[in-house]
Amino acid sequence: MGAGHAHRLYRHGHSPVHALPPHTKLAAAFAFVVVVVSTPREAMWAFGLYAVLLAVVAFHARVPAGFLLKRLLIEVPFVAFAVLMPFVAEGERVDVLGLSLSVNGLWGAWNVLAKGTLGVASSVLLASTTELRELLLGLQRLKLPPLLVQIASFMIRYGDVITDEMRRMRIARESRGFEASGVKHWGVLAKSAGALFIRSYERGERVHLAMVSRGYAGSMPVIDEVTASRAQWSHALTLPFAALVVCVLGWTL
Amino acid sequence: MHVPDGFINAPTSAVTGVLAAGAIAVSLRGARRELDERTAPLAGLVAAFIFAVQMLNFPVAAGTSGHLLGGALAAILVGPFTGVLCVSVVLLMQGILFADGGLTALGVNITNMAVVTTVVAYAVFRGLLKVLPRTPRSVTAASFVAALLSVPAAALAFTLMYAVGGTTDVAIGKVATAMVGVHVLIGIGEATITALTVGAVIAVRPDLVYGARGLQQKLRLRVNGELVDVPAAEGARTAPVAARTSRRTLWATGLVTSLVLAGFVSFYASSSPDGLEKVAADKGIDKKAEEHAVSDSPLADYGVKDVTDARLSGGLAGVIGVGVTVVAGSTVFWAVRRRQSTDASPTTVENV
Repeated sequence: MGAGHAHRLYRHGHSPVHALPPHTKLAAAFAFVVVVVSTPREAMWAFGLYAVLLAVVAFHARVPAGFLLKRLLIEVPFVAFAVLMPFVAEGERVDVLGLSLSVNGLWGAWNVLAKGTLGVASSVLLASTTELRELLLGLQRLKLPPLLVQIASFMIRYGDVITDEMRRMRIARESRGFEASGVKHWGVLAKSAGALFIRSYERGERVHLAMVSRGYAGSMPVIDEVTASRAQWSHALTLPFAALVVCVLGWTL
Repeated sequence: MHVPDGFINAPTSAVTGVLAAGAIAVSLRGARRELDERTAPLAGLVAAFIFAVQMLNFPVAAGTSGHLLGGALAAILVGPFTGVLCVSVVLLMQGILFADGGLTALGVNITNMAVVTTVVAYAVFRGLLKVLPRTPRSVTAASFVAALLSVPAAALAFTLMYAVGGTTDVAIGKVATAMVGVHVLIGIGEATITALTVGAVIAVRPDLVYGARGLQQKLRLRVNGELVDVPAAEGARTAPVAARTSRRTLWATGLVTSLVLAGFVSFYASSSPDGLEKVAADKGIDKKAEEHAVSDSPLADYGVKDVTDARLSGGLAGVIGVGVTVVAGSTVFWAVRRRQSTDASPTTVENV
């Protein structure tokens, strides 16, 4: 699933959702997905309401529907899996259009499709309204280990550099007439991957030396501490709380 | 096999989340010991490398292509702790930024794809290197086998999670067959690419490959026509570093591997008697066989219950499996450690 990774994720904007502090958005998205996952699958209308909630957020964030739907395509491999489910699952069977399908399997497929799609949609909304750097600050604010956040920030920072390096190697290969068409070319591609590793590792060593020469001693100074007011928290948490109400209704009704 | 939200139920996701957090905490400490303050930039760059190399498509035939998963490669190139960290960070970022793999399924994904692949690959790799001759070729061969086994191992771990907390009742046997079948095929591709890549790195910078650190030949000089060892004056500089980390590493990987193995044992202990029992019930022979099975062995007792008790019985069998495997593993590691301490004289000389 690597093909879709290169396009721009963040949509610049000045909406109320963009303006929220990153850690409140992270917490809200996570809580929302937890609530969605713990909803009983028989309450179909609840998932419709969740979708409406996300649509309201998307409207406030001024994220166009086409953009959101295009990004949902990442889910396709699992949709294929979900489609298979009614055919292989156990339990009583029902005839639909001449096919014998498992009732449990149908419920299972619905469950995975609904919850998976809502989860992907909320991640997409989070990523398209929050800048990468803000997201990392938010993770740090949510007490993720600082070392992990540093590793993630280096990965994000140098991800494009390394990807570009890979692209240059590909262009170099192709300009020498190489065309990968089958298993017999794996050796060449693996040599490129090996060279890419060596270049990445050596770049890491150089980056480290450059950091040490600027006074790095194991931890990054936090200059722009993000804080959230009570009002901002309550704005962000409106989404999971509304979802929680729906979830409770789904369990009781 | 990024698992989306809703595929595994909430309690199981929470438990795997705790498991993944524990593994990451251990790896953070281990990586800091391996790399000191260089951890952040180096692990970050290696994570970026894994992220990029996952986009490198390897054509199989007729338009289809596969790509590397990278767990085994990371473990062999930069060590198990840093490897777990790098793959976990990649998964975390894919989950948050690219919506690839659900937020609540992060624990499941990290446990499967970062922890199980890396630990299994590294344990197999280390075990093979102990047996094989100390040549670069055997490093390549060992990384092939390690990567080959790591992918189906992750598939089995997923099946186990599915058995505990799956949201649909597809028969576990079917899930296991499908997952392992597909992933053995993927594993062959992964193994070929990993072995070729490790071979390519060893050819250029053998000192960078974590799994090949013990391989450096003693530097010998030809003085007046005969080969003479270089005096071991600066050899003492490098030896203690290797000795300090390797024992702990061995211990941690051994323990985790035994846990994973015990998981498989419990999986089989719970599933196969179930099938047996079903057949027995169908044929009406269970009346006679019941006492027999109970009196035969404790594991048989835990296995032969009806379906609702299968998880409990599997768990109990697993606990026993953990006990046995930890004892066996400790014995092996004790033996290995003794052998290591006997030939731990400072022989390695950096020939760079």
